[in-house]
Amino acid sequence: MSDGKWLQVGAPIAVGMAFILVWHALVVLNEVPPFIVPSPFLVMKTLAQDWGLLSGSLLVTLQVTGAALALAVVLGVALSILSVQSRLIEASLLPYAVILQVTPLVAIAPLIIIWVENPRTALVICATVASIFPVITNTTIGLRSVDTALLDLFRMYGASRMQTLIRLRIPSAAPYFFAGLRVAAALALIGAVVAEFVAGTGGTQSGLAYQILMSGLQLNIPRLFAALILITLTGIALFLLVTALARISLRRWHESELPQER
Amino acid sequence: MSDQTIAIEVRAVAKVFANGVRALDPIDLVVREGEIVTLIGPSGCGKSTLLRLIAGLVQPSAGRIGLSPEGQRAGLAFVFQNPTLMPWTSVERNVRLPLDLSGTERVQAEQRVRHALELVGLNEFARFYPRELSGGMQMRASIARALVTGPKLLLLDEPFGALDEITRNRLDRDLSELCAREKLTVLFVTHSIYEAVFLSSRVLVMSARPGRILMEVAIDEPQPRREAFRATEKFARLSAGLSGMLATAMHGAPA
Repeated sequence: MSDGKWLQVGAPIAVGMAFILVWHALVVLNEVPPFIVPSPFLVMKTLAQDWGLLSGSLLVTLQVTGAALALAVVLGVALSILSVQSRLIEASLLPYAVILQVTPLVAIAPLIIIWVENPRTALVICATVASIFPVITNTTIGLRSVDTALLDLFRMYGASRMQTLIRLRIPSAAPYFFAGLRVAAALALIGAVVAEFVAGTGGTQSGLAYQILMSGLQLNIPRLFAALILITLTGIALFLLVTALARISLRRWHESELPQER
Repeated sequence: MSDQTIAIEVRAVAKVFANGVRALDPIDLVVREGEIVTLIGPSGCGKSTLLRLIAGLVQPSAGRIGLSPEGQRAGLAFVFQNPTLMPWTSVERNVRLPLDLSGTERVQAEQRVRHALELVGLNEFARFYPRELSGGMQMRASIARALVTGPKLLLLDEPFGALDEITRNRLDRDLSELCAREKLTVLFVTHSIYEAVFLSSRVLVMSARPGRILMEVAIDEPQPRREAFRATEKFARLSAGLSGMLATAMHGAPA
């Protein structure tokens, strides 16, 4: 590893360790009771002890987030392609996409949860609503941001609409799509957690957010922290996954993923 | 000398853009088969518009454009100001694009791509991505893509304008050889007097907007041109003459 890489990995780890030690020291020195702030080591212990319960919840949250993100990508890309094909479709759909985006999820989640019979499906719909917008806007901009000279070239060689879409518009849109995906991945997780909070005890009773809710009510703060850590780790894992996907797809040609030469 | 078959015939073609700009006043132009004709003129004089009209990328407001049967469809190729390569794929796949779009069978397509890359001297760079090539090599790839369909008529819109002079001179020389060997008819737009004199059998000087063809200069030097041509007294004389005409053409136009 180069010096720069050590710095990039080592510095945040050092900060994290220092934070945990200070946290632990403050809790021990001030004799803070665990139901207010548990020490980091107690959180770790709880995480291990309650792993049976928490891992089940983690799986549920992962499934909801994953399904929602997949749905957001499929629907979002399909809608973008449709709206690029016809101004009429774009003009008819765009206002509703904006309405969906500006209405806070917490406000519509209760309705979705009442209307949709299967609670798991309701959660997936909420998380999809939360995450689809950046996919649509970014992909649409990408599909439109085509080099006009290349467009002329395709026209000159008599390319069909389909050929232009597949060979020119979609590859041009890839960097924009991945930028949108990065945001959408974070929003899908937030959407899943928020929806589960709204669903509360009427929900699936199994996701990580439900565990946080219940731990809070029962003043089981160490478990609340443990669940919180798992949500954060899920978010980080999603971010890394999307970043890796973008790198694999764009590495050889797009400026955003080219190795920096010094 | 060129035979008399007409490759491009432009009759009273004018172009007014939707925003009211008169890009071209009625213009007449004839290019015969085997000729290399250069359009030169102040920037914004409508040279590129004329080329795009001939390529069918823009529709004329008035007049008629005729191409010889050989120069239509696959027989015509256009080289843009910039290399205009797809950055997400290799040189090879870029060059193959016109064949892919027309559904040419794979083995035949690959063979033609190899031939086109050989013509421009890029066969060793087939698997490179555009960003891994120099500006001159990217332009060569762009020319290979134009040649891959085996066109008879080549339209070039200031293709080497962004390159340094050494690279440009080399590409001009290679292009001259290529055109002679492949018996291409060429219409070339440029800003460079030296490039115009070096390449063409005929130079047309255009006026500032709205563009008209003001003058015509024949360059009677055998094709393909040799590098030594640049050092001759004739080259210097023709360049100086053309430079004077261009100054007249610029008259009244903002610099």
